[in-house]
Amino acid sequence: MLGPVAPAGDCPALECEDVGVRFRAERRTVTALERITLRVPAGSLLTVLGPSGCGKSTLLRVIADIVPPHTGSMRVLGGTPEAARRARQIGFVFQDAALLPWRSALDNVRLPLEVGGRRPLPPGSKGPEELLALVGLAGWERALPHELSGGMRQRVAIARALLGGPRILLMDEPFGALDEITRDRLNEELLRIWQETGTTIVFVTHSIYEAAFLGREVLVLAARPGRVRALVPIDLPEPRRLPVRETAEFMRQAAHLRAVLETC
Amino acid sequence: MPTMQAAAPVTAEPQADPADRAERAALIRERARRILLPIAGGLSLLFVWWALVALLHVKPFIAPSPEVVAHTLYDRFGMLMANLLPTAIEAVGGFIIGNFGAVLLATLFVHRRTVELAFFPVAVLINSIPVVAKAPILLLLLGNGLAPKVAIAAIICFFPTLVNMVRGLQAVSPQAMELMHVLSASKREVFFKLRLQSSLPFLFSALKIAASTATVGAIVGEWIGSQVGIGALIVQATYNFDSALLYATVLCGSAFSVLFFLVIRLIERLVVRWDAGVAA
Repeated sequence: MLGPVAPAGDCPALECEDVGVRFRAERRTVTALERITLRVPAGSLLTVLGPSGCGKSTLLRVIADIVPPHTGSMRVLGGTPEAARRARQIGFVFQDAALLPWRSALDNVRLPLEVGGRRPLPPGSKGPEELLALVGLAGWERALPHELSGGMRQRVAIARALLGGPRILLMDEPFGALDEITRDRLNEELLRIWQETGTTIVFVTHSIYEAAFLGREVLVLAARPGRVRALVPIDLPEPRRLPVRETAEFMRQAAHLRAVLETC
Repeated sequence: MPTMQAAAPVTAEPQADPADRAERAALIRERARRILLPIAGGLSLLFVWWALVALLHVKPFIAPSPEVVAHTLYDRFGMLMANLLPTAIEAVGGFIIGNFGAVLLATLFVHRRTVELAFFPVAVLINSIPVVAKAPILLLLLGNGLAPKVAIAAIICFFPTLVNMVRGLQAVSPQAMELMHVLSASKREVFFKLRLQSSLPFLFSALKIAASTATVGAIVGEWIGSQVGIGALIVQATYNFDSALLYATVLCGSAFSVLFFLVIRLIERLVVRWDAGVAA
């Protein structure tokens, strides 16, 4: 059943072909996604933007093999989503950090080593301590989640998702519940982590600025049913730093995104 | 590393700030009030009891005065403890058996929906039978001796723990379940790494109730056809109009029940170290 996971580099991270998802809710059927066709090259950072109810989270869940598509096909790293999930090629960061409250920060990052069949870390990939340091939490290994701020909890969740060096990182409005200052910092750090790890990132957000600042391309979805409205490339000087958001160029592209969003 | 690095935890140095000192003094005052006022409240009620018995010339076989109860507690302490021991064994034994069974059944319920649908309503029905009515049935079934009392204590603990444990095992955030799915965790791993710990705060709130109710169960069990135990002593003292002994016995039973509760709470504090109110 499980398709092979192709070696890195020679296939796109994601290939979405006519993907549709329906949910049954109280007598009626809700179409969450309709005819989504999309190709995400390996190593890219795609942000997904859209009004609530456009199925952005559902799209991530189809990629992560949490929700099966009713129609069409989803190829992850050249194989099925299930194969990618079983091969631990997918890291998922949820909107709330979904940390286990009885585990320390370090033990939360270690969780993937303890479940789903014990597997050694791939050679060359970063260990739990290194990942905590990567997300800026060196010195906080033993802290319990309730002793951490919301932003720090999300950092732990990111470190956990990065354990084992997944080739795709899916992020479902991870900074949505954070204050703006923390969100800005984590945005900039996410770009640094992306450059350091080379992971393909699909980042769902409902913030136009976040979508434009992070995304090399922004996938704009329309709601009810969720479908692709546009794929907008974002062209900004690299490396991106927070002040770029004050430039006229950034403003122009954000305004364009807003205009596209308003037609949804 | 560019940008920010979260600062290492710093312990706040005590400041000689007058506002800070005033705040600390207020805190100490508040803590003292919380300890002293309940003691004062209890003592005043004790005084009212003493005054009422003395002023109204209440007959000693109707209600004893506090000092007579204190004397009885002191003089017959050995006898009281000899009767508390079997009650304690029954209560603790019933507590362990009843809660263990409840946890096992809750685990089965969570994994086998059919079993839950078939037996949960029956469990509710059995629970709705009053203890006093259940006791004679169990006495007939299990005969005289320790067994029926342990059984009554166990049954009385069983249901609240079952309900709470089922709720606790299911009180796992959907995102945590999705996380386990993304990590390809097996059902067993989900149970041991996620559900069991999530359920602990629920389990302990049930266990704290069970600590008191198990004692009640053991005592009620001893009311019918028993020679020893706090329950038997209560019945004997009542029939003999020995009100001082009755009160002293009740005090011993309550003291044990409170102690039992405190032990469970201590274990809870040691086991559930995370803040249960925070869904991280």
